[in-house]
Amino acid sequence: MSEAVKDGGKAGLMRRRLIYLSPVLVFAVLAGYFLWGLNPDRNPRILPSAMIDKPAPEFDAGPLAGMDLPGLATADLAGGQVSLVNFFASWCIPCRAEHPLLMALAERGEVAIYGFNYKNKPAEARAWLAQLGNPYSRIGTDQSGRIGIDWGVSGVPETFVIDGAGRIRYRHWGPLDRGALEDKILPLIKELHG
Amino acid sequence: MIPELGHFALILALCVALAQGTVPLIGAARGDQRAMAFARPAALLQLALVLAAFLALMHAYVTSDFTVANVVANSHSSKPLLYKISGVWGNHEGSMVLWVLILAVFGSAVALFGGNLPPSLRARVLAIQALIAVGFLAFTLFTSNPFERVFPAPINGRDLNPLLQDPGLAFHPPMLYMGYVGFSVAFSFAIAALIEGRVDAAWGRWVRPWTLVAWCCLTAGIALGSWWAYYELGWGGWWFWDPVENVSFMPWLLGTALLHSSIVVEKREALKTWTILLAILTFALSLIGTFIVRSGLLTSVHAFATDPERGLFILLLLCITIGGSLILFAVRAPALKSGGLFAPVSREGALVLNNLLLSVACATVFLGTMYPLFAETFGYKATVGAPFFNLTFAPIMTPLVAFMAIGPFLSWKRGDLAGVLGRLKLAILAAILAAAITLYLQGGPVIPALALGLAAWLFAGAVLEWTGRIKLFRAPPGESWRRAVNLPRSAHGMTLAHAGMAVAIAGMVASSTWKVEEILIMRPGDTVSVAGYDYRLEGVERHRGPNYFSDTATLTVTRDGQAVAVQRPEKRMYPVQQMPTTEAAIHTTGLYDLYTAIGDPDGQGGHTVRIFFEPLVPWIWAGALLMMLGGAVSLSDRRLRVGAPRRKRVPAGAAAASA
Repeated sequence: MSEAVKDGGKAGLMRRRLIYLSPVLVFAVLAGYFLWGLNPDRNPRILPSAMIDKPAPEFDAGPLAGMDLPGLATADLAGGQVSLVNFFASWCIPCRAEHPLLMALAERGEVAIYGFNYKNKPAEARAWLAQLGNPYSRIGTDQSGRIGIDWGVSGVPETFVIDGAGRIRYRHWGPLDRGALEDKILPLIKELHG
Repeated sequence: MIPELGHFALILALCVALAQGTVPLIGAARGDQRAMAFARPAALLQLALVLAAFLALMHAYVTSDFTVANVVANSHSSKPLLYKISGVWGNHEGSMVLWVLILAVFGSAVALFGGNLPPSLRARVLAIQALIAVGFLAFTLFTSNPFERVFPAPINGRDLNPLLQDPGLAFHPPMLYMGYVGFSVAFSFAIAALIEGRVDAAWGRWVRPWTLVAWCCLTAGIALGSWWAYYELGWGGWWFWDPVENVSFMPWLLGTALLHSSIVVEKREALKTWTILLAILTFALSLIGTFIVRSGLLTSVHAFATDPERGLFILLLLCITIGGSLILFAVRAPALKSGGLFAPVSREGALVLNNLLLSVACATVFLGTMYPLFAETFGYKATVGAPFFNLTFAPIMTPLVAFMAIGPFLSWKRGDLAGVLGRLKLAILAAILAAAITLYLQGGPVIPALALGLAAWLFAGAVLEWTGRIKLFRAPPGESWRRAVNLPRSAHGMTLAHAGMAVAIAGMVASSTWKVEEILIMRPGDTVSVAGYDYRLEGVERHRGPNYFSDTATLTVTRDGQAVAVQRPEKRMYPVQQMPTTEAAIHTTGLYDLYTAIGDPDGQGGHTVRIFFEPLVPWIWAGALLMMLGGAVSLSDRRLRVGAPRRKRVPAGAAAASA
């Protein structure tokens, strides 16, 4: 009986061997990635957007309920105007920290500031904006965080600079600070204005 | 002098490990009893040496010996004693010594308690343990020497990262490492079995207790870590899908799968090669878990020791350990005899489904964690945050939990699904009731209410299986008691662990869905109402701790005018490291937590105050405790201690039937 099994199983055995070989092959690929990732020139802390210089992802976010402001859609970003897109939420303390900078920027009026209200109850967002002021001329609602996934947002706040053609040109991770604003974002906006 | 002795002990430990990793292996191959017997004393000697090194380092910390560079970088003379001790492993070099120490502890435990193992298997297991130790002792000595001196010695140290100065985090790394390293025993057993070319029921029985120990420790480590994040980070969250958290979660998922598949090996001699692969992969993930965050490959909010310089050494070690064992697996595993056959609807089938879902869950977490690295090779950078994991994880966990209640009812080989569902009528009722009551009380949303129903289903299922076994209420109490006493401890353990899982799930679902949060600026005298409780800020005072300053707020909490609690959240500033920490105040009722944290002053007499109402959040850790308890009870099972030595001979007839 065992002889018969051996003869009939030759091809099967080869296939089995390949299956057993697959874990080590997967690991080899992984190890290759790790080796590449150890390149000392690489700094994973720099986090440009996944879609830098690419068009902003397709979306159509409804307005923030109870606010007299329009929502936000992809088409709004491609209107020939440079814009700043900011993901915020009232529960996010760093958002509170960067808020005065956004207010100051809005007062200067050099750039359109759009907001995504990220995973936030509309009433809380409204109260927050009422307390601290509203720098946004459009607010899209991203209640589920799906739009955030498309944009590759890892948390709030995050800020994107969009050129007139609707392409993402810059991504700022975490709260805006004066340094980032004056060294990176304002010069870029000036350059994009031409 | 003492640091040099410690250094020397570590070098000696490496020499012993080299001998322990080679001589018994050769002995086992040649059938040389004396060479095989060398493994046991060597394992004990290695433990003594590594322990000496560890104690020498601890001595340097406790006495604040600032001639040792490692102490300078991570300690301060005014730090409380507990954190001087925990500072030993609160840094890369020291945590490596702890890692190797735990490896040596497990090695000697196998040497001491493995008296019932066949000599060749024991020799091989201990040799492989030693080979792992060789790699990591070499790594410690050549790239991360904790005993390096500085001259001239500074007056004082740079202090430990204040976030780590916390009782929860003092014991989190040792528990986590005991989990990670504990899986090395299952790994060594798997490699030894591949070398021997034999896996049988006895092997399954030997591997199980070691896997259980590791699993319990890892559960404790993860629970402690999330508890720490909950009360120390001040955000009321308990899990952030941070890479550091994910890499500890992955071995837990696979280790849980291993725990279940080794039952099938023990009872039915099936799933052998799969169990071997799981044992290898679980330890592989533990290694990746310990090292990837400190190699600089991935970034994390709270990785505390990243250094790309060491990365290459780590990668080499991973390649030898994981790559080598997987090659061995590819060569030897196809020759392993497969075991008993079973129908899809059977206990085995349910355990296969468990393994499948846990592996898929683990793969999802792995992809999410590694995706930024993969994406980078295609020229773009990406981050994967909580939304991805929340979106992908729930659909995998739902069927897992649904079948978790059914599996234990199914009989081996061929089960009767309709009959089982009949016995689970009460559980179905419990699920519907739990969902309906939740909907009635909270008014939605629907999906989390259903998830709570699922948790109730699992809990009721686990309890029903247990009461069914002891015939509670269906037989006289005396007989039920006798049945409960005679029931294998592992059966009690399973009931506890499954029920614990249900409790933890309920906590996770409820706290993420119905959490109420309020963040606002309060001045002394201000009152705010959150989830029916009124919080009044009485004042904020500055205190001085041993190595920090603290702004302590006093909030009185009332409900309908009745006093409920006085909460004193703190914001601490550690001047040496110029780093603030938050110490949340938590008032728990067992059903929900009232959680307050204080933030920065606004410069006009007010402070940012964060107030959270966290429903069922204590259940997460209560559930984890139940799971650990279940593991411990199962570990005390007589069969695992006494039954193991007798290697059952497979009857000739059964062997022919399964061939």
